[in-house]
Amino acid sequence: MKLDIILCGVGGQGILSIATIIGDAAMAQGLYIKQAEVHGMSQRGGDVHSDLRISSTPIASDLISKGKADVIISLEPMEALRYLPMLASKGWIITAAAPFVNIPNYPEMSEIDSQLAHLPQVIRIDVTAIAKEHQMPRCANIILLGAAQDALGMNYAQLETSIRNVFGRKGEKVVAMNLKALALGREYAMQHKAAK
Amino acid sequence: MSQSKEKNKTLVLGNEAAALGAIHAGISAVYAYPGTPSTEVTEYIQGHPLAQSRQVKSTWCTNEKTAMEAALGMSYVGKRALVVMKHVGLNVAADAFVNSAMTGANGGLVVMVCDDPSMHSSQNEQDSRFYSKFAMVPTVEPSSQQEAYDIVRHAFELSEKVGLPVLLRMTTRLAHSRAAITTSEILEENEFHFPETPQQWILLPAISRKRYKKLVEIQFELGIESRKSLFNQYINGKDKSMGVIACGIAYNYLMETYPDGCPYPVYKIAQYPLDRTVLATLTSEVAKVLVLEDGQPFVEEQLVGIMDTPIPVLGRLTGTLPRTGELTPDNVRAAFGFETEQYFDEADHVASRPPALCTGCGHFDMYSDLNEVLTDYPDAKVFSDIGCYTLGALPPLRAIDSCVDMGASITMARGAADGGLHPSVAVIGDSTFTHSGMTGLLDAINVNADMTVIISDNLTTAMTGGQPSAGTNKFEAICQGLGLDPAHLHVVVPLPKNREEIKRIMKQEIDYHGISVIIPRRDCIQQLVRVKK
Repeated sequence: MKLDIILCGVGGQGILSIATIIGDAAMAQGLYIKQAEVHGMSQRGGDVHSDLRISSTPIASDLISKGKADVIISLEPMEALRYLPMLASKGWIITAAAPFVNIPNYPEMSEIDSQLAHLPQVIRIDVTAIAKEHQMPRCANIILLGAAQDALGMNYAQLETSIRNVFGRKGEKVVAMNLKALALGREYAMQHKAAK
Repeated sequence: MSQSKEKNKTLVLGNEAAALGAIHAGISAVYAYPGTPSTEVTEYIQGHPLAQSRQVKSTWCTNEKTAMEAALGMSYVGKRALVVMKHVGLNVAADAFVNSAMTGANGGLVVMVCDDPSMHSSQNEQDSRFYSKFAMVPTVEPSSQQEAYDIVRHAFELSEKVGLPVLLRMTTRLAHSRAAITTSEILEENEFHFPETPQQWILLPAISRKRYKKLVEIQFELGIESRKSLFNQYINGKDKSMGVIACGIAYNYLMETYPDGCPYPVYKIAQYPLDRTVLATLTSEVAKVLVLEDGQPFVEEQLVGIMDTPIPVLGRLTGTLPRTGELTPDNVRAAFGFETEQYFDEADHVASRPPALCTGCGHFDMYSDLNEVLTDYPDAKVFSDIGCYTLGALPPLRAIDSCVDMGASITMARGAADGGLHPSVAVIGDSTFTHSGMTGLLDAINVNADMTVIISDNLTTAMTGGQPSAGTNKFEAICQGLGLDPAHLHVVVPLPKNREEIKRIMKQEIDYHGISVIIPRRDCIQQLVRVKK
């Protein structure tokens, strides 16, 4: 198997914790991984992305080629569109719906929504609202991961185990909350899929 | 070499792989100044249990030159030392680096430099391999995280074998990409021992002349070392219409292009100086050669020289690959004539999102106040420096007129003031000030230059993630020690509520036709969050 994932968002949104969990799950299954990250200046509120590559055979390039990304997971809708040239013909975009506006020329939301709506395989999920509703403001990224689980084709129980591995240090309460966040995201994606 | 191979359970960055390789190679010290993309090497060593239990010296240095010289001292007494910096840091350390080839190394000395092609977090694209060729020392350049781990140990062994420092070159993509690695047997630290030829370390002209001849002579041996190196590989291919030279991480992009194996003969290079024998074999067998290298056309230029080559050499100079910017799997693929499989065009409604100062940042308040004061002085120029506060160049602040190199704010403001500019303002951060600003301030004080220096002190090295800043709590003493009149030294707290007072002080010191220093001081808000965690 081969899975090329682009994780993106705005510096400080926490894309790397999603990468850590997916990475842990892939490691547990004995797969090869390469994960290119952005450190430094862009982390100050600029656009950031991480190329996460998983494969059952050794991986050569740390970077994903154009047109090869199987899934784009974005914590911000405009950022999801930024990596469109990277997306494979049958690739998925799983994106948070709420914009992060820290620039004066942020486009009209209707334009972004309409462009996303014209793409074949997109899940837009308002992770911020769901996180707020369930009083888990810091779990928006794990809700997004839950929504991406099916598109990633990753074993759900394995992702749960990896959440335990990654958040275990922070106590059972944090683990439980993130497991619930994962479930909420998955549930949303399943309903979305059924509705289509 | 690896009796007890152990698979590392976690994914490590290329930088962390090199750091772990250095710990396991028995280093007694890492000396470094933080700078993207190199910072994680030292942080990893600082946090590693074995390095801690061995008391490996790892406190951040004031700049790259002090780091390089400290490492040279550690090497003098026979221990292994690692020096780490970003590419432009090697400019700062260059005097020590180039002359360390003259003194030679006793204990293994590895200078790890992270280059930043495409300038993700830097002001230029300089390629450190030119420095090691210039200094006439060997270079190693890993292609993967595993090779980064392994090659550090090899570099220490090579350094001790040939008695020279070894440059380890890494580029951003490997420095900041994770993979799992297998580790080797852990080595003990070296015993304390003095150099066998102590005279060589006294670089008086008479000694240097002898030593330089030796350094020139040893180059032949270094070429043989490159040929024998297990990290350099000649992989024969059936199709002789072309040969490929792939340096460092470029090898990965080649393999990405040809997942089932490259049909052309390939020379994978991870150690320099270039080995003439293998290059001669390659060029005699193929009709043309394509050079893949991240950064500047270092190998390509050496192959081409200024005379015609017997066979065409393709690369960045011929436009086969872009002349600037980093290699990617896409531009390497294109160099072989393959189309990129792109299915979706660029989206129409994507605005660029540059980095910005954080909400609540003290630098922002400082610049807002300065901007307001300077509206009364249309000729004013603000010379700034390297750090988060360089982002003051962007809207809405547009507060600065220059950013060149570490410390250039104060010295350029002095030169411009000498030339008749008023107001001439310098803005420099606390860590940059101790790195390379203090000497320039001494110059300015000695001539009582008509300028105003703002040391924007956020009590940390913020841009690189909050490392301790060498001068914290010492700035007033440093300025006065350099001879600044205390009447023209002010410390303020950059908060909106202090705005009027700060503006008054700025105006007063701009109107004073001599040297003055204002220190707006408030904690970096990112650092406050980190400390709370």
